[in-house]
Amino acid sequence: MATLTVNGKQHNIDAAPSTPLLYVLRNDLKLNGAKYGCGLGQCGSCTVLVDKEPVYACVTPISVLEGRTITTLEGLGTPENPGPVQRAFIAEQAAQCGYCIPGMIVRTQALIEHKPKATEQEIRDYMAPNLCRCGTQVRILRAIRRALKETRTAEVVR
Amino acid sequence: MRRFLLGLITFGVIGFAAFFVWAWHSEIAPVRAADSTTYDPAVVAKGAALASVGDCVTCHTQPGGKPFAGGYPVSTPFGTIYGSNITPDQDTGIGNWSQAAFRRAMHQGVTRKGEHLYPAFPYDHFTLANDGDIDAIYSFLMTRDPVQQANKAPDIPFPLNIRLAAAGWKLLFLRQGQLVPDPQQSAEWNRGAYLAEALGHCGACHSPRNFLGAEKKGEAYNGGVSDDWHAPALNEKSTAAAPWTVEAVYKYLHNGFDQYHGHPSGPMQAVAENLAKVPEADVRAIAVYIASLSGTDDAAKQQRADAALMTARAKTPTVESLAATTGSATTGATDGATIFAGACANCHRSGGQSPRARPVDLSLSNSVNAPDPGNLLHIVLSGIHPQSRERGFIMPGFATTLTDEQIVALAAYVRSNFSDKPQWTGIDTRLTQARKHSGP
Amino acid sequence: MNAPHSRRAFLAGTGALVIAFSSRKAFAQEGGPPNQGMGPAGVKKLPGDLSKFPKTDSWIKLEANGRVTVFAGKAELGTGVKTAFTQCASEEIDLPASSITMITADTALTNNEGYTAGSHSMQDCGTAIRYAAADLRATLIELAATRLSANAAELKVANGVITAPDGHKVTYGELVDGLDQARDVRPETKIKPNNAFTVIGKPFDRVDIPGKLTGTEMYVQDMRPEGMLHARVVRPPGYGAKLSNIDTAKAEKLPGVIKVVRDGSFLAVVAQREDQAILAMHVLEDSAHWDDQTKLPKQSDIHNVMMAFPHDDTTILDKGILGQPGAKSLKASYSRQYQSHASIGPSCALALMEGDKLTVWSHAQGMFPLQNGLSKLLAMPPENIRCIHTEGSGCYGHNGADDAAADAALIARAVPGKPIRVQLMREQENGWEPFGPAMSTNVSATVDAAGKIVDWQYDVWSTTHNNRPGGAGNLLAGQHLATPFTPDPPKPIPQPEGGGDRNAVPLYVFPNARVISRFIPTMPLRVSALRGLGAYMNVFSIESFMDEMADAANTDPVEFRLKHLEDPRARAIVEKAAKEFGWQPNAKLPRGHGQGFAFARYKNLGAYCAVAMDLSVDRQTGIIKIGKVVASVDSGEAVNHDGIRNQIEGGIVQSASWTLLEEVTFSGTEITSRDWSSYPILRFTDIPDSVDVHVIDRPDERFLGTGEAAQGPTGAAIANAVRRATGVRIRNLPLNPANVKAAIGV
Ligand code: FES
Ligand code: FES
Repeated sequence: MATLTVNGKQHNIDAAPSTPLLYVLRNDLKLNGAKYGCGLGQCGSCTVLVDKEPVYACVTPISVLEGRTITTLEGLGTPENPGPVQRAFIAEQAAQCGYCIPGMIVRTQALIEHKPKATEQEIRDYMAPNLCRCGTQVRILRAIRRALKETRTAEVVR
Repeated sequence: MRRFLLGLITFGVIGFAAFFVWAWHSEIAPVRAADSTTYDPAVVAKGAALASVGDCVTCHTQPGGKPFAGGYPVSTPFGTIYGSNITPDQDTGIGNWSQAAFRRAMHQGVTRKGEHLYPAFPYDHFTLANDGDIDAIYSFLMTRDPVQQANKAPDIPFPLNIRLAAAGWKLLFLRQGQLVPDPQQSAEWNRGAYLAEALGHCGACHSPRNFLGAEKKGEAYNGGVSDDWHAPALNEKSTAAAPWTVEAVYKYLHNGFDQYHGHPSGPMQAVAENLAKVPEADVRAIAVYIASLSGTDDAAKQQRADAALMTARAKTPTVESLAATTGSATTGATDGATIFAGACANCHRSGGQSPRARPVDLSLSNSVNAPDPGNLLHIVLSGIHPQSRERGFIMPGFATTLTDEQIVALAAYVRSNFSDKPQWTGIDTRLTQARKHSGP
Repeated sequence: MNAPHSRRAFLAGTGALVIAFSSRKAFAQEGGPPNQGMGPAGVKKLPGDLSKFPKTDSWIKLEANGRVTVFAGKAELGTGVKTAFTQCASEEIDLPASSITMITADTALTNNEGYTAGSHSMQDCGTAIRYAAADLRATLIELAATRLSANAAELKVANGVITAPDGHKVTYGELVDGLDQARDVRPETKIKPNNAFTVIGKPFDRVDIPGKLTGTEMYVQDMRPEGMLHARVVRPPGYGAKLSNIDTAKAEKLPGVIKVVRDGSFLAVVAQREDQAILAMHVLEDSAHWDDQTKLPKQSDIHNVMMAFPHDDTTILDKGILGQPGAKSLKASYSRQYQSHASIGPSCALALMEGDKLTVWSHAQGMFPLQNGLSKLLAMPPENIRCIHTEGSGCYGHNGADDAAADAALIARAVPGKPIRVQLMREQENGWEPFGPAMSTNVSATVDAAGKIVDWQYDVWSTTHNNRPGGAGNLLAGQHLATPFTPDPPKPIPQPEGGGDRNAVPLYVFPNARVISRFIPTMPLRVSALRGLGAYMNVFSIESFMDEMADAANTDPVEFRLKHLEDPRARAIVEKAAKEFGWQPNAKLPRGHGQGFAFARYKNLGAYCAVAMDLSVDRQTGIIKIGKVVASVDSGEAVNHDGIRNQIEGGIVQSASWTLLEEVTFSGTEITSRDWSSYPILRFTDIPDSVDVHVIDRPDERFLGTGEAAQGPTGAAIANAVRRATGVRIRNLPLNPANVKAAIGV
């Protein structure tokens, strides 16, 4: 039995401690954001935040997550009230099939926290672990630039 | 007494003057770079291969930068030195260097203008290279795209930042001259020795250095340090689980993978990527030479290698054994076996169909058997990534996934489970250093 | 969607619809009027798929609450068609999108529009929805006129409310009684004129995006109906391998495992939890013994091997007399390796067997063909199988989706009463999907002194590009059963659409030309439809060679193309891209930089697209870095500009990935490109600096399929720019660093 803090809520999970977080999120907590893409840490479809850092949920055993904070796509906003990064992605209509986008949004969230002034090259380097097969990267980049800009403006206003 | 002192001073002054005269090099007149089409393509191709053996592009290219335009930070115990621009740019590169100036730089570690170069540029090796080969490398470099990019000054504190210090270093450690072929050895071995010593400068990383940063001659290939990575011993002191046979070295260097040792990571990854572009015969020659450092390639060596492979395979966990050990156990957050089962075993186990290209059995991994956990920690933190657009192993880094305690536990588990060597001490302090080195 | 809509629940809940559905079905079996200008009785042909399914309520149905449900036989494959359909319906029926429920590809509910493929969705389905909605609106206005005692022409319609000049109103919902929704759409139906549009061609956000971006249950991968169990299959190590021996006991003893399913070489395991199913799958992999594996040809020799197979030749263009004299003649050969769909989400399906009824949720491209294939696979009558399209990750053609559906169906039959979810593992998706075939082309041509091509000969060698299920043998599991099914014999897709020879006939006007399609029935690797089929390779070849000929004629490549184009829309699109890019003949560029241009009209029937770009080639590494890309596209009437741009941008990036990197690799017996380390695709660091797409809207023209239009032009523009950057023409794909290095030397 592991206790995980996901999107601000504690959950008791009855699964083997070596179980990758991805399956616990999807099956036990019924969260759809993190997706299975490769299970090998090669594609980023399963990206979630652990203590604000992006990690691959598919190669993260739940045993290592006791006492840490996990944030998934669902923790960044809801359909009725999307978060700033989600809003930027919606504004740029940055999706084709959309399967990779949750991972992209989560990684963008981490980028904003770590490098709010990221240059174009820094954005691309930071996003490089996440793959998109539909070729939506051009739009995703636009959405990221917008999200960065909007959070910077929001900060100035605050 | 006075006379003695005076004598000593006089001697010192004369000595210093002599040193100064010895150390002083005149400027070689600048030239206008010749049109790149005037170089013989066959010589350029030869130079390209030799430059790959020399791994020139690595230290002369900054991350993400234009090849050979310089800027790569080489960290030394004395400070950071930046690889220089060796493109044929007239102003910032070596476009105005004559062939003679280039030869002098390679042999004596002096710029065209006559300034002494720091020995991070391994002229203590290049000095052994013959003129024909140096000229070929010159042709190759002079036919690259010129890139205007100013050189970065080294971050080296006083008094070492006085270039003359490098001259003092040379007086002590630089031995010019040709490599004398060993008549006892085959032509292939001698070729390999030449390539490895005069160009490949393998010893620059794989040999320990003294307090002045010179390779300890008596301890060649006892293992050294490169960029916070351990460069393993290549002689009989090697800690590799399987001995290095010619075939193994060849595959490791040329294909970037050998089933007895895995594949090069850290600074060695780039070396192998460059050697992949070198004619096979030359890589084989290097392999013959390097393998000979740890004893003759005979049936016994091969048997030891195969035995190590068999043992390693037997030790590699199956899905079932993993499930049995960790499936239902209630374990804490720092149980190495559980972390391994959940984070690593997907690839580092036997059987199954995924991933198709299997990493080496961990019992054979050089990092797992190394005297110091640094390499393993670096790999766990940063993962392994092929060059942009190339096929190659991808291992995700766990720097953000695992806490320090968890990484220490995992490293200790891997060491005790996969290596016969004694447990490492001070994994935690080594981890702190590695984290600092690999940045946030 | 939380609980699966069992057939029974469905029947109980919406009986009326089912009756309507069955009457439609009867009509469908009669076949509808053939797709030509006039129907059998000399009636004017209905547009789009209305010609096959003329009944109004088979496309759109008004409910008493004033909402409408739209039934599209085409599926959302990640391209945004659902949004475009919604726009079509919303525009013509005058209801906001929020009042429209969109049902896509469901064998129990929608028309059988076959596959969602080949950029047909808007042409066939979008058109039908528009006319059906327009006719329904017209009917409602007629009824309202009677009800309100007003002149139909004077009624105003807004948001489902019809208002008479005297202020009296009636809502759509109030008119449902007495409305004959089952009647055929009237041939004289008029759709709105362009100047009356409020929705079509206007900014309109994708209906699916907010849900996808916030983690709503959107994909078949996300479904988790009550009682669902997880299954995984164990695929053989390679083609032809037979499961000779397996001890299933170890796997069966694992925690959570419910059943190991085996039929011949088809092997699967069902467990409570997904991670348990995966673990058991690995244990089964380790316990299985396989033999009889098929030998594969050497990859480096694949084109010679394929060209040596017997082939059926068809001359698809024969014009004038070949062998014309001219100023200069050139010939060249081009090739591409097998390419993978490599969807980012491995294929997935759910299936539920209840009694003798099976329901399957799948993201495959064709629900009716899948129903047909499953009916043969399971020996069940098709009417007992309901296939419901549920979105998956982008598929770009025939990927592993149908196979996963077949797997789920077989497992569900073995574990009845429980919804079974199967997702393929990454290595199963990449190792077993039907690839885009390896292809070779030969082309030769002559230009005269005036710089005009006077003689053109083109040959294309290809296997089929369509092995979609029809029979059960095209479903992978079908081949693995103890009594296996054999795949249907491969058939070429005839011109004008073509398969391997799609776009093999150039749109350029040459006085003398011959094009031969050489169809190879033998298939060393499993192949089927990948985005654009042969169009990518044919356009790559033709457009590369047009550049070679332009050089031979000493003419700027854009000017050279215009010299051979008569179609005004083609000329316009070429000129548009050149202008927006700022194309300059003989532009002076830094060393190692080059500009490239290419153009095609997809299938010579679909959208027009031209691509201009600049790039640089790193001589040391052979790495091509794409800079600025500018594309122009003419899709006829543009329903959703941003949707079109999205498709073209995505096509450019995907095609760049194909062109720069991609090849399926295989050893003697195995596909070895099974994950992202062995099948690299473009990462963010390699994406072009910028991509700008310019849409030429032609509101008076019909919709043209756009999804595949950018693939060929992008590939050729890259090769053409590389030629300018390095002086070397690379004709064999991919243009990966090793191949570029080999071509340009040190
Ligand atoms: S699914 Fe985790 S990285 Fe691909
Ligand atoms: S939008 Fe389909 S994979 Fe990225």
